[in-house]
Amino acid sequence: MINDHEKRKEIDETSGVETTGHEWDGLKELNNPAPRWWLIVWLVTIVWAVGYWIVYPAWPTLTGHTKGIMGWTQYDKLKREEAQITQRQSVWLTKFRASDFDQIKADPGLYEFARAGGEVVFKENCAACHGSGGEGRKGYPNLNDDDWLFGGTVEDIYHTIKVGSRSSHPDTHQTLMPAFGRGGMLTAEQVDDVATYLVNMRAGTGNDAFTRGQAVFEQNCVSCHGAGGAGNRQMGAPRLNDSIWLYGGDKASIVQTITNGRAGVMPTWEGRLSDDSRRQVAIYVHSLGEGE
Amino acid sequence: MCVLLGIYYLAPWLRWDRGAHVPDQAILVDLTGQRGYFFGIEIWPQEVYLLVGVLILAAIGLFFATALLGRVWCGYACPQTVWTDLFVWVERFVQGDRNARRKLDESAWTSEKIWKKAVTHLSWLLIGALTGGAWVFYFNDAPALFTDIIHFNVSWTVLGWVIALTLSTYFMAGFARENVCTYMCPYARFQSAMFDKDTLIISYQPERGEPRGKHKAGATWEGRGHCIDCKACVVVCPMGIDIREGLQMECISCGLCIDACDDIMTKVNLPTGLIRYDTENNQLARRSTSHRLNIGLAAKPPESKRNDSASNQSLRWARPRTLVYAAILLSVGMTMVGAIITRPLTELNVIHTRAPQFVRLSDGEVRNTYSLKILNKSHDDRAYNLSVDGVRVNELTVLAAGDTPVQRLLVPANSVGTFRVRLVSDGNAAGRTEIRFILTDPVTRESAHHESYFVR
Repeated sequence: MINDHEKRKEIDETSGVETTGHEWDGLKELNNPAPRWWLIVWLVTIVWAVGYWIVYPAWPTLTGHTKGIMGWTQYDKLKREEAQITQRQSVWLTKFRASDFDQIKADPGLYEFARAGGEVVFKENCAACHGSGGEGRKGYPNLNDDDWLFGGTVEDIYHTIKVGSRSSHPDTHQTLMPAFGRGGMLTAEQVDDVATYLVNMRAGTGNDAFTRGQAVFEQNCVSCHGAGGAGNRQMGAPRLNDSIWLYGGDKASIVQTITNGRAGVMPTWEGRLSDDSRRQVAIYVHSLGEGE
Repeated sequence: MCVLLGIYYLAPWLRWDRGAHVPDQAILVDLTGQRGYFFGIEIWPQEVYLLVGVLILAAIGLFFATALLGRVWCGYACPQTVWTDLFVWVERFVQGDRNARRKLDESAWTSEKIWKKAVTHLSWLLIGALTGGAWVFYFNDAPALFTDIIHFNVSWTVLGWVIALTLSTYFMAGFARENVCTYMCPYARFQSAMFDKDTLIISYQPERGEPRGKHKAGATWEGRGHCIDCKACVVVCPMGIDIREGLQMECISCGLCIDACDDIMTKVNLPTGLIRYDTENNQLARRSTSHRLNIGLAAKPPESKRNDSASNQSLRWARPRTLVYAAILLSVGMTMVGAIITRPLTELNVIHTRAPQFVRLSDGEVRNTYSLKILNKSHDDRAYNLSVDGVRVNELTVLAAGDTPVQRLLVPANSVGTFRVRLVSDGNAAGRTEIRFILTDPVTRESAHHESYFVR
């Protein structure tokens, strides 16, 4: 046996290294084994892996997977860590639950807790429509300004979040802007006149169309939008004598709004967000603008 | 060695009165409070650039000293050398001199050997522990932490540092020693770039010492050099080099060979200074002189040789290299001093809120929102006034914690205040306007400002 091996042993001339005896097209493989320490580390990792299989979940089985003797799972770890977080929060949360909005406002630490929580909830749930900073867009109100369709106190905001607007909630804000033009309540000329009136309202004076429009407005619109377009929060009817226009303040947009009506929807967040979260979002939204 | 060790161990215990709101430790890196204190100087994380200045000063200072005096840093001030010297001193105190130690190493494990070795290593570990212990005092209030350590009531961080530094001191100074200089220290590798012919280096005087050879008492010194080849210089060298072969990378300029050689020279009644601090230029000059004098040299008594070389011993301090280093050192130093003296006690940072950039209000005005951070580095509570320049201010609301509107911006001593500011201006001209926030303290008349912009 040894002699056989000796016989096969062949030293490569150039490098002086023993060959393995493998040869391909005249190329001979040299026998340069991996370093001993490397081999040992490799073997140790194999042993380690076996230990790992025993201790931790590792192998798939037909019905699931091996559990490991410690019964460790990532789900448990997540639960433990969540419990720790809840534990840490609970001090604040208990206080938060026991306080009404005025009390929270009076306690800067508690207020910041609520506002920070509200910001996170807002960015996850509300930002899709209202924008990441609550800046809004056409059809979705800007929450940073001082114009509130349904009221801008924390309580008002909380209520709107809870019931939504034209949503499935029984107490939701249900009023909507009828399609005056399309529904045949106003002629196209009348719609145009009202739009002219509204665009020039802040200037206060205007031509014949303005005067005609004013007459139409007073007959058809003041019941919701109030005299002089002051708005009506009970109805959710926007102020029209300011420079904030949810659907655009140029004449064409206004004509479109009057012709086709508007009925933007905000879902009810009751059932989707916990009451804690809704109250926190209300505080956050209230802090964005000049909440009332 | 004692001076440097003394500074290291005692510095954290120095006190420096800074008033009620801040610690009174003279040198303290307060990581949790995010402050650095050095006597009258106080540094916030925002001012870490000052640290860069310190590092530049240290580096240039090192180059400067190296160009002037050779490897003085390595030989005298480097912690590695200082602690190695201390450890060697302990070793010698317990186990005797080098020969005794070698004998002890080779002997069997007798009880004597065991207790000597044990005492040595235990004292090393103790010194290491004290070193690590002193280190953590720089990061904590020393007396308080000392009490805590005595009562075994310290955090894992502190304990970890003490253990790590104990062990690193033990291994570095007890075992690695000069190997650190030879194999680990980058400075040893490039310092020869700082050397020139006028740098003070440890040098053997071959023209006086050679040809070397054993010398019998009473035999003549004629026709031979003064080196008696006793190898004292080689034996004492902590780096294990033979200085007679000239300057080598390993040499740390500790001067032990000089002392050893001077002892021997005194014993054989020859002038000292066969090995000494000297510059290469001096040596060259002397060599050419001795060549010129070579004809009459044989008859000359050794004393004249000594005078001869002493007269040649001069140092050119002012060289382009040293002057440049000195200039850099001076300018960086001045800049640092300037930065520290003019360091403002109030700083203002303003971030314009970007989501949304601006808000149009019902009456057509436009509102921008800003986040303000005010750094009050003074040791008193401050109440600032805020004003805005560059835009017509219709309304300026400052909201403190809890979104409470405030008139004055109250920032407690030695802390950072955060405020939200709402600025309302006319909405007629669209675009971006450069504005400036100005913060003033009505009491001290101090002010700070920050540029920002208003969008509409």
